[in-house]
Amino acid sequence: MSTYFESYLTVGAFIVLGAVLVLVMLGVAAVLRPSRPQPAKEETYECGVDPVGTGWSQTYVRYFIFALLFLLFDVEAVFVFPWAIAAERLGVFGLVAIIIFTLTLVEGLVYAAKKGVLRWE
Amino acid sequence: MIADLLSNFWVALVAKLLLVALAIPLIGMVVGFGEMKLSAKMQARVGPYFAGGRWGWAQLLADGIKFFQKEDLIPRDADKPVFKFAPVVVMMGTVALFVVIPWGPGLIFRDLSVGIFYALAISSLTTVGVLMAGWSSANKYSLIGGLRAAGQMIAYELPLVFSALAVVIMAGTMSMQGIVEAQIEAGYPFVILQIVGFVIFVIASLAELSRIPFDLPIAESELVMGYLTEYSGFRFLFFFLAEFANMFSMSAIAVTLFLGGWYLPGIPADALEYLGPVILVVKSLILVFAMIWFRWAFPRVRQDQLQSLAWKWLIPISLANVILTGVFKVVL
Repeated sequence: MSTYFESYLTVGAFIVLGAVLVLVMLGVAAVLRPSRPQPAKEETYECGVDPVGTGWSQTYVRYFIFALLFLLFDVEAVFVFPWAIAAERLGVFGLVAIIIFTLTLVEGLVYAAKKGVLRWE
Repeated sequence: MIADLLSNFWVALVAKLLLVALAIPLIGMVVGFGEMKLSAKMQARVGPYFAGGRWGWAQLLADGIKFFQKEDLIPRDADKPVFKFAPVVVMMGTVALFVVIPWGPGLIFRDLSVGIFYALAISSLTTVGVLMAGWSSANKYSLIGGLRAAGQMIAYELPLVFSALAVVIMAGTMSMQGIVEAQIEAGYPFVILQIVGFVIFVIASLAELSRIPFDLPIAESELVMGYLTEYSGFRFLFFFLAEFANMFSMSAIAVTLFLGGWYLPGIPADALEYLGPVILVVKSLILVFAMIWFRWAFPRVRQDQLQSLAWKWLIPISLANVILTGVFKVVL
């Protein structure tokens, strides 16, 4: 078995352990805890008064433009990480390339800021 | 004999899983108890006192047993499968983050070659669980809390990634053990040259953990309990366990990146085998203490302040830090 496979098998096992921990604990608790369902207990909690409308009410997500910017910069980070490891080997050429790459993206951020996208209206 | 057994991959894997299954509740209890007691001290209260006889040390054990007996309530309107699955996702992220924390020389659950990259990626899984919890509860407070958590993650993931990126440039590797060894080789912890990165990393990890001053997703005074409002019993407990365990593991990652990890100058190499975990835990708990301290030192920021702090200050500064570090590394 290769080291690579072993590594990600470990990761997979840890992720499964997270789920197993919750399920086992809930299973044990199921033996101990009472279960007396009543209509009032299953009501949506709104500080004691009867809930108004549905829970999935319309919300204005103000920062959805931020999400687009986030995507841009997060993808940038993915590209910069490989350079970061080999920064010394790639020398000045790699450095200049990364600076140009980053500045192009920063220009986008500046443009967004100038357009007022980052202001909270 | 034991060393022979542990050289088998499968035996070692089971041992690791058992170890982490015990360690996470233990860490959660230590951090949780610390938070209770320190918060009390900072507010001139006594805090937990009776449980366990002295200092109330068994308070969280008692709480845990109490949670075992709590009825499992699910609101009628909730999206039930998602509602039930949300704590599972949160715990998956929490447990998986422990894979790459280096405890000592050669002492790590698995030294992935993409260590820090993996840590940053898997720590966002918690936010997915939180968003699921907020959405599926069918409660207005929960929905707003969940959306706030997502917005916060979007804003603060980037400063976190970029400040870690600067460390990767300095170390020339993404493996967590490699980063610690690079600091030993350099003769100084990276915080000395990366003080800006360290400060940004701590601020951003506070926001990722939604701790005060960035606790908008659960802001009690506005949103009841945010995405936790509809949870009760053990499902509720798992969100808290995850929060405390994540406080520790994010601190441990910050310690590894910036403060030299398990290494302390002046301690002989063979003693580090045993003292490494102690050094790492002590350093991490100091950062955890700072997080608890911040909770009582700063007021909560507003949502727009939170977003503009990240986008107008932290992201440009951390990007400039990356470029400067690159110049420093390549030219000097």
